[in-house]
Amino acid sequence: MSDILLEVKNLKTYLDTPRGVLRAVDNISFSIKKGKTFAIVGESGCGKSMTALSIMGLVPEPAGKIAGGEIRLEKDDLASFSEFQMRAVRGKRIAMIFQEPMTSLNPVLTIGDQIRESIYVHKGLKKLEANARVIDLLKAVGIPDPARRIDEYPHQLSGGMKQRVMIAIALAGDPDLLIADEPTTALDVTIQAQVLQLLKDLQAKTGMAILLITHDLGVVYEMADDIAVMYAGEVVELSDRQSFFTTAKHPYSQRLFKSLPSMEKRLMSLEAISGTVPPLTDTFTGCRFEPRCDQAWMFCTQNIPTINKLANGQQVLCHVYTEGLERPKSVAKESETSTQAIALSKKIDKNQNLLKVKNLQVHFPIHKGLFKKIAGYVYAVDGVEMEIKLGQTLALVGESGCGKTTVGKGIIQLLREFTRGEVKFQADNLLNFSDAELREKRADFQIIFQDPYSSMNPRMLVGDIIEEGMISLQIELDKDKREKKVTELLEMVGLSEDMRHRYPHEFSGGQRQRICIARALAVNPKLIVCDEPTSALDVSVQAQILNLLKELQAKLGLAYLFITHDISVVAYLADQIAVMYLGRIVERGAVEEVLTSPKHPYTKALLSAVPVINSENNNKQFLQGDLPSPSNPPKGCHFHPRCPEVIDKCRVAYPICNNDEHSTCCHLYN
Amino acid sequence: MKFKLSLPIVILIIWVLMAVLGPLLPLNLTEIDYYKIMQGPDWQAWLGYDELGRPLLHRLISGASVSFFVSISVVSLAVVFGTLIGTVSAYYGGWVDSILVRIFDIFLAFPGILLVIALAGVLGPGIDNLVIAMVAVGWVGFARLARAQVLSLRSRDHVQAAIALGTKPFIIMLRHLIPLISAPIIVEATFGIAAVIIAEAGLSFLGLGIQPPDASWGNMIKTGSDYMLSSSNMVLVPGIALILVVLAINLLGDKLRDHLDVKSR
Repeated sequence: MSDILLEVKNLKTYLDTPRGVLRAVDNISFSIKKGKTFAIVGESGCGKSMTALSIMGLVPEPAGKIAGGEIRLEKDDLASFSEFQMRAVRGKRIAMIFQEPMTSLNPVLTIGDQIRESIYVHKGLKKLEANARVIDLLKAVGIPDPARRIDEYPHQLSGGMKQRVMIAIALAGDPDLLIADEPTTALDVTIQAQVLQLLKDLQAKTGMAILLITHDLGVVYEMADDIAVMYAGEVVELSDRQSFFTTAKHPYSQRLFKSLPSMEKRLMSLEAISGTVPPLTDTFTGCRFEPRCDQAWMFCTQNIPTINKLANGQQVLCHVYTEGLERPKSVAKESETSTQAIALSKKIDKNQNLLKVKNLQVHFPIHKGLFKKIAGYVYAVDGVEMEIKLGQTLALVGESGCGKTTVGKGIIQLLREFTRGEVKFQADNLLNFSDAELREKRADFQIIFQDPYSSMNPRMLVGDIIEEGMISLQIELDKDKREKKVTELLEMVGLSEDMRHRYPHEFSGGQRQRICIARALAVNPKLIVCDEPTSALDVSVQAQILNLLKELQAKLGLAYLFITHDISVVAYLADQIAVMYLGRIVERGAVEEVLTSPKHPYTKALLSAVPVINSENNNKQFLQGDLPSPSNPPKGCHFHPRCPEVIDKCRVAYPICNNDEHSTCCHLYN
Repeated sequence: MKFKLSLPIVILIIWVLMAVLGPLLPLNLTEIDYYKIMQGPDWQAWLGYDELGRPLLHRLISGASVSFFVSISVVSLAVVFGTLIGTVSAYYGGWVDSILVRIFDIFLAFPGILLVIALAGVLGPGIDNLVIAMVAVGWVGFARLARAQVLSLRSRDHVQAAIALGTKPFIIMLRHLIPLISAPIIVEATFGIAAVIIAEAGLSFLGLGIQPPDASWGNMIKTGSDYMLSSSNMVLVPGIALILVVLAINLLGDKLRDHLDVKSR
């Protein structure tokens, strides 16, 4: 088989931890073909990155080591190579790009120096020749004006540009294999689309193979030729792209697909995978996925599965496909979170306005000089209008830096000194209140944050965290009643009562997010601002949280302002959508309407940039460039420098927004 | 590791025991005995006698109490005031912060010990004035530390959540901010104790602190320095005690810092 570039056989990578040996990669085998893209998919902590590091010979020393197996790159076994031998492989035959472009570059060297370093090592070129090569590389990765950029420092580049520079460094040695570890996770969708396209183009040009590590099935669909699904340190399914996306075989892969939110599942709850990944310090006597599997039976708990090769070439690590084993129908586990229609249990008038925001502005002053004179403003939010009706969900969508989070904080009055405009909550304009008056109103609107790790005081017990609001807002001053309420709340968010005596660090990300929801619910709010509550979580846990939010909305009649960049979550959860670009809302309307027939060019580009499974999207609209700085927005329409449909008027004046049900702020529609 | 720590701990235990039990012991601090002037060690005085025939060991124990109580009271008062002021400054920001930071800067513009000398000089000698003078200078360090820590914590989500839940500013500071900055403050306080012991000895040496006939390590060194060549134990005894205690505190402080660092990642 000469078309195989890299073959991993029975690889085991173990890490020594205080809690015992952690089998991060446990006996996995796969092979990567020349010039093809091989994707490893899985949730965090399943061993994806450790596999990549093992191939690169970069397993963290001294705790980690490759405990067995082979990594065959053509004829060489990299697992047996010394550090000295590996140095000749890295960069030249295998190169790697990382998730965080912000921290992967050295901030004190120019990008030219950093690319040149790689060229000197692998090509042995002289300075002048090397410079020409650097410029070629920068051109190849699509950086405009490379001759000038060569002397710039990383901080002068945007995130997408930095990732391009990282790719240029990786390409400098003409590698046969490029390992991309979550290369676009830290980037916005429009930038992600650019980078993925770039990788595809480069692959076509150079014929290198790509090992793509990701958790995003959409990215896999767009990029991969072959796919490995990892779970708890093992490869549970190996498949080519076609069969994987039509007939995924392993119960885990199947459930991953089912837990993805989408428009069609709107009325149902998602089929979340209950439970969590088992700790890899355990020794397993059965199938690792068995406790969370809906197709498991007794046999699975006692017998470790082996790879089953199916007729069409798919390989599955699951007893269901073992020949001669009959799965008893009667003992099949009932799926714990069966898809059920969510019924409204609380009757509310859905036409009553809860929140009306008019011309909301949040301008942060930029101080300069000795006397801190105000030298300008960051126009983070610059005239936002929106309405949320009782019991409804409004999704606020946009790229990072567009001001979505600031809108959320502005509405719930966390940035009062910088906020102007009108935030009308039911009958009152919150901005007219004094601090003391506002405190009494605060029970009505609460917030859930993105990062479940920093959103709780690590020195407080869970029970005290949930109680805090009830005490501060004097909602329940009787201690026994308060305790009872905490119990109810914990049960409502799917945690057990005894967890109140534990500290936040004892919980997983998903559980912490549940505690944060309980804390917000403790004061009986009418509106909850959800600031990317699921973007730090894995898909299966995301589904659990989305289910919970939907269920609570039906039960309690809550309204959500759901801030996110994930269109599929919007499609599943929201009633209304508002698309934001550089501090202003450019399009808003009902979700079905906006997502199916977007009007504003930005919305169109945003939607087409999202990788979607099972839809051939060939006429992608690529947005060029990056989000401009909100301290110095472009004249005229903010979007015009990147807009594919720009007309003369756009350069002069900001368009007027029509106030229809489906409103757009664009000259094309006026 | 254990070996390295055991010695400083033993030294500190002896120091604290001397300090706490000292006032209860039948110490002979002021009784002058002309026959014993600058005599070497004997069974009544294991460390010898000073220039007025008083046992050095008794004076050493009494000096330990002074250094202990001065350092503990100065540091605890400075920590309380400094942390509160620094936290308030960072939490409120704006003009409150600007004014307070200017005040910090003014205090820091003068060398600390000089300011203490000036203050102690104005207030007059005596142990209580000494404490006041040192607190007046010492709080700034803690205030600056607390301010820097709180600035980075203030925008954290759990503080924002507490504001959204209508928690009053005072409670937020007490519950959500100060407990989280306690680790660096405690470490800084340990080193502060060592610094105060030295400063107290220095001031007493200059005659601004404890007044004779009361004993302090500083004034023992001062009188001893006159007889350095004839009976060097008068300088060596308080000097070595001072070095050992300060060194022990610093070593423990280092360990404490490493320990707390690991815990808080």
